[in-house]
Amino acid sequence: MAVRKNQATLTAKEKRDFVDALLQLKRLGRYDAYVSTHNRFIVSDTDNGERTGHRSPSFLPWHRKFLLQFEQDLQSVNPAVTLPYWDWTADRTATAGLWADDLLGGNGRSGDNRVTTGPFAGAGGQWTITVRPDSRDYLRRSLGTGVAQLPTRAEVESVLAVQTYDAAPWNSSSAGFRNQLEGWRGVNLHNRVHVWVGGLMGTGMSPNDPVFWLHHCFIDKLWAEWQRRHPQQGYLPTAATTNVVSLNTAMKPWNDTTPADMLDHTRYYTYDSAF
Amino acid sequence: MPEAGHHAELTRRRMLQGAGVALTAAVGTAVLGLAGPTGTPAAAAGPGGHDTFDEVYRGRRIQGRPAASGHHHHGADYTVQVDGEELHVMRNADGTWISVVNHYQPHQTPLALARAAVVELQGATLVPIA
Repeated sequence: MAVRKNQATLTAKEKRDFVDALLQLKRLGRYDAYVSTHNRFIVSDTDNGERTGHRSPSFLPWHRKFLLQFEQDLQSVNPAVTLPYWDWTADRTATAGLWADDLLGGNGRSGDNRVTTGPFAGAGGQWTITVRPDSRDYLRRSLGTGVAQLPTRAEVESVLAVQTYDAAPWNSSSAGFRNQLEGWRGVNLHNRVHVWVGGLMGTGMSPNDPVFWLHHCFIDKLWAEWQRRHPQQGYLPTAATTNVVSLNTAMKPWNDTTPADMLDHTRYYTYDSAF
Repeated sequence: MPEAGHHAELTRRRMLQGAGVALTAAVGTAVLGLAGPTGTPAAAAGPGGHDTFDEVYRGRRIQGRPAASGHHHHGADYTVQVDGEELHVMRNADGTWISVVNHYQPHQTPLALARAAVVELQGATLVPIA
């Protein structure tokens, strides 16, 4: 069984294998499809229309499936690789090991936010941004400028304590665990981290920055943690609901995977520890 | 398409009901409908109290107006351009706005969103979304 680990505990070889697999997918032309898919859902998911990947109950199972598919793609390059997660409640500064040259590289430089260090630096020629909102073809970050502080452990605990998974109207205005984790309501966890990293992570094409996968892996882990703490609660809605993916409805774009299929992550992988 | 006045009234009623509803059209007009007794637009309303805006901000021309037709099906019915290039925008259920370059950070008005995009673009040109 594959084990997903905290990035802070990866060995030098595990970091190298993960980075090399990312670069290989990019080289093979398979990486950018994930960026396109993500943005396609970002622009089509609306609060009063069909919504699947974001601002809706299926935000969590959709991204679980999205990460699984990507992880399997990485494993086709190197079977030893699993997605690491970034616990941003612990590694919360621009000098954390996550941003070192042997993993994701550092902050963007002042002036144009261009990442100039590490494996994904534009000048390295290995990480040209092709699916992008504007003319710039290099990775950009602006750590801690859009918002100063990453969410704290206490804030995460407050969201894990929410009893109900989700609630009508099943969008960005909903009460419930999912929307507080996604961040449109409450202390704002997921959305805030996108804003904290800044640059391409603040856009609909956020998977252009490999930190997307480590961030969403932690979001996925927090969903698993919520499930562990609330065994009597489950995915909602269970009944067919207009524009929303209910428990047994297949999710686009795969059309063969329902939220119910994604509830038990241990069918596919485990995490190295509880939150 | 019904008259803007009808839409404004409909929109105001829906918003007063507090539902996360379809803001179907004439967002700018809805802003006027939401203006309080002092004439100050309600928070998270439209583009700063005007139906449209057209200004130069940090050297970039930004324009916003209600979309003329129903082809904007992406939750906006409002269009924003930076130097003539479309900025994809979307309205959240609570009336706040996001764009493709500030997707995870809601802004109160399309004007604030357009200015944020100019800052984010740092002189770069928007390109059509693939």
